[in-house]
Amino acid sequence: MSEAMALSRRSFLVASMAGSAALTLNASVVLAAASANAPADVLNAFVRINADNTVTIGAKNPEIGQGIKVMLPMLIAEEMDLAWEQVRIEQTDADEKLYGVQTAGGSTATPRNWIPMRQVGAAAREMLVMAAAKKWNVDPATLSTAKGAVIQTSSGKTATYASLAKDAATQTPPDLAKVTLKDPAAFNIIGTSKPGVDVPKIVKGEPLYGIDTRVPGMVHGAVMKCPAHGGTVASFDDAAVKAIPGVLGVVAVNSGFVPEGKTDTLVIIADSWWKASKARKKLAVKWEDAAVTGFSTAKYEADAAKLFAAPAQTSAFKAGDPDAALAKAAKVVTADYEYPFLAHASLEPQNCTALFKDGKLELWAPSQSPANGRAETAKFCGLTPEDLTIHLTRIGGGFGRRLLNDYMVIAGQVAKAMAGKPVKVLFDRTDDFRHDFYRPAGWHRLTAGLGADGALVAFKDHFATFGADGKPVRAAQMNPAEYPAQVVPNVDLGVSYMATNLATGWLRAPSSNAMAFVFQSFLDEVAEAAGLDLPEFMRRTLGEPRELPGERAKFHTGRARGVIDAVCKTAGWKGREKGRGFGFYFCHLGYFAEVVDVSMADGALKVDKVWVAGDIGAHVINPLNAMNQAHGCVIEGLGQAMIGQKIVQEAGAITAENFGDFALMRIDAAPREIAVEFVKTDFPPTGLGEPALPPVIPALANAIYTLTGKRHRRLPLEVV
Amino acid sequence: MSLSLTVNGRKRTVDAEADKPLLWVLREDLDMPGTKFGCGAGLCGACTVHLDGEAVRSCQTPIADAAGKQVTTIEGVAMNELGKRVADAWTALDVPQCGYCQAGQIMSATALLKQNPKPTPDDIDGWMSGNICRCATYMRIRAAIRKAAGLPAEMADASAIPAGEQLA
Repeated sequence: MSEAMALSRRSFLVASMAGSAALTLNASVVLAAASANAPADVLNAFVRINADNTVTIGAKNPEIGQGIKVMLPMLIAEEMDLAWEQVRIEQTDADEKLYGVQTAGGSTATPRNWIPMRQVGAAAREMLVMAAAKKWNVDPATLSTAKGAVIQTSSGKTATYASLAKDAATQTPPDLAKVTLKDPAAFNIIGTSKPGVDVPKIVKGEPLYGIDTRVPGMVHGAVMKCPAHGGTVASFDDAAVKAIPGVLGVVAVNSGFVPEGKTDTLVIIADSWWKASKARKKLAVKWEDAAVTGFSTAKYEADAAKLFAAPAQTSAFKAGDPDAALAKAAKVVTADYEYPFLAHASLEPQNCTALFKDGKLELWAPSQSPANGRAETAKFCGLTPEDLTIHLTRIGGGFGRRLLNDYMVIAGQVAKAMAGKPVKVLFDRTDDFRHDFYRPAGWHRLTAGLGADGALVAFKDHFATFGADGKPVRAAQMNPAEYPAQVVPNVDLGVSYMATNLATGWLRAPSSNAMAFVFQSFLDEVAEAAGLDLPEFMRRTLGEPRELPGERAKFHTGRARGVIDAVCKTAGWKGREKGRGFGFYFCHLGYFAEVVDVSMADGALKVDKVWVAGDIGAHVINPLNAMNQAHGCVIEGLGQAMIGQKIVQEAGAITAENFGDFALMRIDAAPREIAVEFVKTDFPPTGLGEPALPPVIPALANAIYTLTGKRHRRLPLEVV
Repeated sequence: MSLSLTVNGRKRTVDAEADKPLLWVLREDLDMPGTKFGCGAGLCGACTVHLDGEAVRSCQTPIADAAGKQVTTIEGVAMNELGKRVADAWTALDVPQCGYCQAGQIMSATALLKQNPKPTPDDIDGWMSGNICRCATYMRIRAAIRKAAGLPAEMADASAIPAGEQLA
């Protein structure tokens, strides 16, 4: 138990004199705002100095396996001048007013927190120095810090942070914007490998994940959802279910997909999840789904063909006169590319535990986006956001699925109906597959024109995607800066929309995971027509090192060139070679070039080795974790391409039931070697959860082409 | 029905329906959530435990089949010297990303090394292919199994962790 201590608005560090081991971060350790008007997003990190001179640092972001629970505390510890052995890490609750943005998505945590978290650490250090200066009555400029102590070298005086903590807490917090940050040359934590803080618990099977939540008196909920997305509950008969001993009732809720006043999900509550799950067979439901059963994979394919028969409805980006340039081009290359809907299939099925008591709702939520979950859950429960307390659990895989919070919305409503009883709602694998927010499918009709000198003079795409009223659905948009749009004089990125009833969402490297395949595979075709290999074609089109504007981010052609050159050197790229392919992509502020070697063994495709060169700025904060992230990205990308992954829809509903219908990469299909290198450039560090994924897909497709002579223009690749 | 089984060396008596899977008895009745629910169909391996020393999918094992038997779960795997070596190798090489599948991976790897103390790379891939790691930590799973087996690191193992980190 941590000691609850009264805390003035100005206090900053609070020494916990209890010195106990089981600590929870609470108000006693808040890095409080220096003034009431200070912006909350830069003043809400956590630091607690313990009596034994260990320092507890709050990790504010949801941990989904990306390593953020170690990485953000590393930034604070670095500037505080702590020895890593002193650091204790605790997950904070969800509270953006205290901690700032707490989202695990878009590889944004590194760029967003690189400076603010260091400022928090530097401010803490400064206050400890001030406390020592006062205690010793010396000029703070004569003091330095190291390994959790303040030192005056001239006098040999030294004081541990623990001995100074109480006084430090009474110091006026410095202006975060004015604190002095370390010279990177002095870093001794940033850039060093730090293992995952929860690993010792994981290997012992200790409870960490949302699904492991246990609250005294807890009951369990299994869900039955309208199979056709957007359908609602017309009526249900729960008499047979309620007759089962241990079943407590059935609650109908709106998971957020259907209009207010309607419901689309029935939750059976029992004293065991196994019992609730089994009881579903006895629940008789009539669904109202006539409006949505017409949607299917076959319909989308027909709709895409219809859209291609007409001019594009709109354009994401246009320059010059591509039609005129194509008419004059020496060579014209055209091709159609497509990719399917995909599920996230995180291994921990969706779940959430909730307790409604005295008008307040408490949630234990494995959410990547708890602030959105708070707002939506409050809305569907008829509460204010302030009525909700959200505890963040470790998450058994995110991949973007848990950026959307239907499980919180469901659990909140069920808890409200079962007031006073904690309820854990858990999807089974089929629920998880059939009620996801899918990576949208897409179809592209591409045309490129080359001049007599082989230069790219015109580029056109017609992208058939999903949307309504001239706007794309979530994660189905065209990036106006899709390469090579910005480096071609005549370009048109046309877009047309068709309807879907499916909820769509962001899947790791959203949009990019599909666009990299389409554009880098097609550019390999264009390069071949120009008599070049893709790396050389990229170098020529990238041109001089410079920054190009972009809707999402500026694109630096020199950094792109840097990773292309690096991977070609390491892999020993010698132009087009049998069984070898290349891909480059820029997304989430990261530049990645990859080379894939493939072979055929017993009629089956085998990926032998992958080389990765990435530029995520001047520092790779935690190399041990960075390597793991890059490997995961590469293998996940290969999985999207080579093992048949696709989500199929019939009569408005998803057909996949389990991993037999939607395969994930297994160890025997994973390459035996993945060589990763980071090209350090003088830019602030950026995220690594996603950008290494997209280029491996075109690199694989391009490798298969050199091996078999067949171009694969549809995902999943149908090889053999 | 009431039945008894031995879990991690301790005799336990539970009152559960005969068809309730061992997985849910462990998680709900015995308050041992280390064994994970992933697919409920024996396809992902997250729920792997040892039943009388053999690796089984606990989601496909009705509790009646475990009656009177010895069950070892992730919570108890390190009670045995081999299991401890495997768990220690997992920690030393920082294998997990999200970590959700790793209990099952460790239980499968321990069973592999019990019957095949010096597995080849093909042996490892073949045996471990029943366990999905959605985060794809496969490079380190292979390296950790070799480390636990006392085998020399393969070339690929060196590329699984940053240069300068110790594999052995």
